[in-house]
Amino acid sequence: MSEMTRRQFLKLSGATLAASSLALMGFSPGEALAEVRQFKLARATETRNTCPYCSVACGVLMYSLGDGAKNARQSIFHIEGDPDHPVNRGTLCPKGAALVDFIHSDSRLKYPEYRAPGSDKWQRISWDDALDRIAGLMKADRDANFTTKNADGLTVNRWLTTGMLAASASSNEVGYLTHKVARSLGLLAFDNQARV
Amino acid sequence: MALQSLDIVRRSATTLPEPQARGAHTGQVAKLIDVTKCIGCKACQVACMEWNDLRDEVGTCTGHYDNPADLSDQSWTLMRFAEYENPDSGNLEWLIRKDGCMHCADPGCLKACPSPGAIVQYANGIVDFHEENCIGCGYCITGCPFNIPRISKKDSKAYKCTLCSDRVGVGLEPACVKTCPTGAIVFGTKDDMRQHAAERIDDLKSRGFDKAGLYDPAGVGGTHVMYVLHHADQPSLYSGLPKEPTISPAVRLWKGIAKPLGLFAMAATAAVGFLHYLRKGPSETDERDEEAARRELEKTS
Repeated sequence: MSEMTRRQFLKLSGATLAASSLALMGFSPGEALAEVRQFKLARATETRNTCPYCSVACGVLMYSLGDGAKNARQSIFHIEGDPDHPVNRGTLCPKGAALVDFIHSDSRLKYPEYRAPGSDKWQRISWDDALDRIAGLMKADRDANFTTKNADGLTVNRWLTTGMLAASASSNEVGYLTHKVARSLGLLAFDNQARV
Repeated sequence: MALQSLDIVRRSATTLPEPQARGAHTGQVAKLIDVTKCIGCKACQVACMEWNDLRDEVGTCTGHYDNPADLSDQSWTLMRFAEYENPDSGNLEWLIRKDGCMHCADPGCLKACPSPGAIVQYANGIVDFHEENCIGCGYCITGCPFNIPRISKKDSKAYKCTLCSDRVGVGLEPACVKTCPTGAIVFGTKDDMRQHAAERIDDLKSRGFDKAGLYDPAGVGGTHVMYVLHHADQPSLYSGLPKEPTISPAVRLWKGIAKPLGLFAMAATAAVGFLHYLRKGPSETDERDEEAARRELEKTS
């Protein structure tokens, strides 16, 4: 820089000043006009379902990768309310609005697990094993505790030592069938969607 | 196409506005937040995170219901809970306001922004940040009368609510509007939202809320996010909503007067220098000057 004469310094300063003034006055080189984020659902597969949380059973729309082609593996990346569903008409509560994280949660239960009495470990079991075990335990309990008549001799046919909590993401028909099955066993402690 | 039009009408740090052949002939969009119907469920916060692919850090309880405690680059909207003891009725009122960008017609952030095209205003009224042009200076925060933009620690760029410009651009409502279970957030043309607000205010007045009103502050040219308030005469009750928000005088002075003046001074200096050169030409030195300079140098050394 020691080589620079006073005149060169002034020339350089002048050029810098002129260039920066032009840029500041809006004569900067044309930039591509800014664009919004692309709409992310344009050709995603849309699938209707029912929110799995409470018994209000809001309708949801699930959007997944790909158009259903054989070689595309579907994966849900967005969920919002179903505007055509009469229950919620597009709205969702904070839990329902966060469903996509529930689906991709590391701690999501994906298969039956069993914890033996006294154990602190869950072990994975097959659906057949799980259903057999549940059916066996239900039958044993029902055989032992089913009441046909009450103290007054009135026929009651009830089973009070077992209760049933059924899922909420059920249609009317599923609710009806669940109700029939549970009541035909004599269950009284019973809550499912059919209550709503 | 006008409602969802994303034609840019204003651009930060750009003196000459883009000429516009098209306009929002069927009206601009607006979001109306009816504070009197809000139950504080935070579904809007969740829907916002989900749509915009944001995940804030799991925070800690700070002793109140605001969660997270403040807006951030990951939380573009936030329910702010205020407890107010009404001296007239003696009632404890829980005033819950959904905070977020108000999408001002005269945006202070856009005015303050020195980076061309980092903040834009669309024909439909949405004010949007374009992070690729953002230089992270934080002037938008100074310019904002509502204290909304936040600089990300990850990429040092400013973020705020976009009014889901990507949804509105294809004719959908913003995510928070769609999810709101009580219908406290509604969306439509600004005229329709004003009309909806007027009906709500009539209803509130008939229930004894004499001071119910619409919050659409004129100081920033009106906003594209409006509130129905039970106490429209005291907006500060709602977690410090400013009564008469205006763009900071410093920003207006700097961008309104100082910047054009400065530009003029620079241009004038260059012009005067050039004219001086034309008339006087370069400053020449002759042998006598050089000799004098040499003697001067010897004397001092």
